[in-house]
Amino acid sequence: MLELKHVSFQVGDAHAQAEILRDVSFTLKDGKFFVITGPNGGGKSTLARLIMGIEKPTAGQILLNGRDVTDLDVTERARCGIGYAFQQPPRFKGLTVRRLLSLAHGSDLPEDACCAYLTNVGLCSRDYLNREVDASLSGGEVKRIEIATLMARDLEVAIFDEPEAGIDLWSFSMLVQSFKNLSRGRHKSVILISHQERIMQLADEILVVADGQVRARGSRDEMLPRLLGQFEEDCGFRAKEVTAQ
Amino acid sequence: MMDELLSGLLRSIADIDDIPTDGAYNIRKDGEGMARRSTETVQITPKSGKPGIDVRVAPFSKADRVHIPVVITKTGVNDLVYNDFYIGEGADVEIVAGCGIHNSGCEASEHDGIHRFFVGKGAHVRYVEKHYGEGDGTGERILNPTTEVHLSEDAVCEMEMVQIKGVDSTLRETTADLEAGAKLVILERLMTHGAQTARSNVEIRLNGAGSTAQIISRSVAKDSSEQVFYPRAVGNAPCHAHVQCDSIIMDDAKIRSIPEIAANHCDAQIIHEAAIGRINNDQLTKLRTLGLTESEAEAVIIEGFLK
Repeated sequence: MLELKHVSFQVGDAHAQAEILRDVSFTLKDGKFFVITGPNGGGKSTLARLIMGIEKPTAGQILLNGRDVTDLDVTERARCGIGYAFQQPPRFKGLTVRRLLSLAHGSDLPEDACCAYLTNVGLCSRDYLNREVDASLSGGEVKRIEIATLMARDLEVAIFDEPEAGIDLWSFSMLVQSFKNLSRGRHKSVILISHQERIMQLADEILVVADGQVRARGSRDEMLPRLLGQFEEDCGFRAKEVTAQ
Repeated sequence: MMDELLSGLLRSIADIDDIPTDGAYNIRKDGEGMARRSTETVQITPKSGKPGIDVRVAPFSKADRVHIPVVITKTGVNDLVYNDFYIGEGADVEIVAGCGIHNSGCEASEHDGIHRFFVGKGAHVRYVEKHYGEGDGTGERILNPTTEVHLSEDAVCEMEMVQIKGVDSTLRETTADLEAGAKLVILERLMTHGAQTARSNVEIRLNGAGSTAQIISRSVAKDSSEQVFYPRAVGNAPCHAHVQCDSIIMDDAKIRSIPEIAANHCDAQIIHEAAIGRINNDQLTKLRTLGLTESEAEAVIIEGFLK
């Protein structure tokens, strides 16, 4: 179970400060599929980076299964079972897809297992295993490999930051299916940052973050109609229909 | 059986622990030939009048492997050697060279290998050269290799030159000329640490129509070490060449990269790319989110980069 208690995050110095997140609290119970949505620049990715430990909150606490992890660094949080798929994953010269998946898994992964993870994200696996995760891969390919690295891990909380960005329509359907399986699979709980209605359809709960604050929270059935309707007026945000990219 | 020190050095530079059980070889230790064997298709003979060997690979012989490692285990050795390789037309051969120095004394130990390759028409050579130094003495470990490659029509030469650890000072001179349809690939990997210095000068002359060359140099400079790269590709005919120098800089190291391309024919297509930078923070963070510590992440990035 993941708990955020009054988490705030400010940047700047003594002269000028900007508040990116303000007094964010929520609880994510095990076995839940959680979608965080909201307008661009509203603080969603910062929230994910705070949970992963990449940024430190300026106030508040983060608890994982009752343990205060606020002061743990990225490595320690990863070892506690928090995983994060970057919105814009870095590339690595010389590091093969297979090695990256094995590093994620924590031990050497057999070829079959690597292939299964890659197939799940819509990549024709054998073509990719020994390819380097470098500039020769397209943005969409790197993104899918990034998602596969999280699927190769057993996690308490898996966070995917806009996994659909840069992914074509055909792979998107497959990805949605993979996330469906994931929610019943090896991750205790899943946080997905997304603007896509079809991803929100998978959610047990939806959290709307805008202007650095939690603006609304509720079950999918309760939230989706609101998001598709009046939220447009409330905070200038509307969930996207899936379109070919 | 060899002693531990010798087999350790051989393992580091040639992936062998002992005298090879098959194929031709020449093992040179502390300035003298230690063991040599020729085969039906690969003749190794010592030079007369100067140190070194001639290696002759028979035309159209296939998939031969030749080991020619050099090891220095004493302090104060200055070993200069001339090795010539004559690769017959249509032959296919892999040559594993390399030099390992163990210097536990206070005087410098140095090996300067001057290698010349005469590669026949349509022949294929794969050349692997690893340089390695060890020992707790204060004496420097110095390696100054000179490599000269002549590729006949349609010959292919792939060269992998690696210096990963322990060499205090190196000056590498590599030149190549290519006839029509010849192909040359040079992959150079280098890591320096401590106060080491390394300089690599490469000049490729593409003289024949349809010749191609690719030079890929990847290096990591740590501590206060210094590196200089000066790769040059000269197109004298319709040809393709690609020069790529990529370096990771760390600590107080210094790196200069001076890729030079020249075209003396209007159908010469030559490209160069050069980049020097520290390890990307996002890369470190990404690997740390997989549970690696910062130093483990750094090691994974360097290992991949120099692979």
